[in-house]
Amino acid sequence: MLTIQEILETIKMVQEEHLDIRTITMGISLRDCCDSDVKRSCAKIYDKITRLAVNLVDVGEDLSREFGIPIVNKRISVTPIALIAESNSSGNCVEYARTLDRAASEVGVNFIGGYSALVHKGFTIGDKRLIASIPEALAETERVCASVNVATTKSGINMDAVYQMGSVVKKAAELTADRDGLGCAKLVVFANVPEDNPFMAGAFHGVGEAECVINMGVSGPGVVKSAVERVKDADFGTLSETIKKTAFKVTRMGELVGRAAAERLGVPFGIVDLSLAPTPAVGDSVAEIIEAMGLERCGTHGTTAALALLNDAVKKGGAMASSYVGGLSGAFIPVSEDAGMIRAVEDGALSLDKLEAMTCVCSVGLDMIAVPGDTTAETIAAIIADEMAIGVINQKTTAVRIIPAPGKVVGDYVEFGGLLGRAPVMALNGFSSCEFVARGGRIPAPIHSLRN
Amino acid sequence: MSEKNSVSQKSRVIISVLGPDTVGIIAGVANILSDNKINILDISQTIIQEFLAMVLIADMEKSTIDLYRLKELLAQKGEELGIRIDVQHEDAFSFMHRI
Repeated sequence: MLTIQEILETIKMVQEEHLDIRTITMGISLRDCCDSDVKRSCAKIYDKITRLAVNLVDVGEDLSREFGIPIVNKRISVTPIALIAESNSSGNCVEYARTLDRAASEVGVNFIGGYSALVHKGFTIGDKRLIASIPEALAETERVCASVNVATTKSGINMDAVYQMGSVVKKAAELTADRDGLGCAKLVVFANVPEDNPFMAGAFHGVGEAECVINMGVSGPGVVKSAVERVKDADFGTLSETIKKTAFKVTRMGELVGRAAAERLGVPFGIVDLSLAPTPAVGDSVAEIIEAMGLERCGTHGTTAALALLNDAVKKGGAMASSYVGGLSGAFIPVSEDAGMIRAVEDGALSLDKLEAMTCVCSVGLDMIAVPGDTTAETIAAIIADEMAIGVINQKTTAVRIIPAPGKVVGDYVEFGGLLGRAPVMALNGFSSCEFVARGGRIPAPIHSLRN
Repeated sequence: MSEKNSVSQKSRVIISVLGPDTVGIIAGVANILSDNKINILDISQTIIQEFLAMVLIADMEKSTIDLYRLKELLAQKGEELGIRIDVQHEDAFSFMHRI
């Protein structure tokens, strides 16, 4: 029989420490929706998504009530649309984005991911069309998220794609200038992208995945922060052990809800993503966990070590709690979505360079970072290239979601509201990277990719 | 609890009551449960910083209402008494605390 202390501990996690299931994401394969006629292809896509996901939101809400834990988002990820657009003879890709947006709206999910292309080694015709259409697609739709994988440890970094993504990011910002460059908040550039990631904006349904699958993303920075505060003067072994135990409990909740959701929807359960995903709510911050470990502000010396400890302990605890772990699985450090990160930038404690260092030891990368509106496409490409290099050499996922905020300068803010939050515009290095990024071609795969 | 193994694990719920102690909490909750043929398996309570925390484990196997309706009824009762009453499926706790 459960003890009253255990029951109260769980209730406290949800009531006071913001424990929630961040997302139930249904992955749907669209590989049977190709057609040379874009209209026919889009009709198949709309029918398939609305048929498979018709009960997704209701099941999520039922589970939320039964288990008494909020399930914040219900989302959908689909096969990278570049693969579907390949056989479309008209070359019009934006129509796919409009269709995804309509389908997402029909079933009531807030984001749908998969307006994506995988170009880490090179481009196909479909990839080229899709990437060129991303800015327009993001400006015209509300719920569609785009991602492009430009590098892997196995194949190196496609620098042509990196350079092009610099321009795509700029254009996405310009087309949504009236909304502070919101288009860029829905666009991620990846290295070593996971194919089963449930978190937006980078989710898509990989080519090795099943027809339809349920993936879970748990959250719980507030729970971890409270646990860390309880072992204030303890040594690092105790600190790590405390985080592990907490991560275990948080992940169990994701495993429970994931299994139940998959069963009720009649589709296989994919993975639990063991990520610490912050929200702009006070007390739901990864930066505050780092500060609770004994650093005055996130971003000061010691931050990378603290984050490394946190990330590793979360994985160790979480791995024991779930039968299948996948996705990004690590702490997220988005600036605009984390009140502690925003404060650290405002106080001058956290710079872009430190954020880059932090991405070496956690999942994702430079995430939701606003930079001045006059930043060139070449500089953005160079920022992407740095981040891709970290991922490729360290055999991990890295990503860039950066917003060159139109008309804004350092010290201004971009305001997106909701889960996307607000971000202070951060300073960049003023020296040029133009000649480097313009070389073209591919940076070869590192020597340690030769493992066979 | 000797009946632990005889009860369908699927139908057990945890009812939690949190708030300032007041007259009629146990009676209020117990009446709703007995009216709807929900069996109480265990009650425990503790005082945390002047607040009452009470937990009931109940079996809904023969219940005449579903979990959602029970949630509504108890939430209404909680409002009357100025406390928070919630019902959750037992798995939400056992999955987290028991391997």
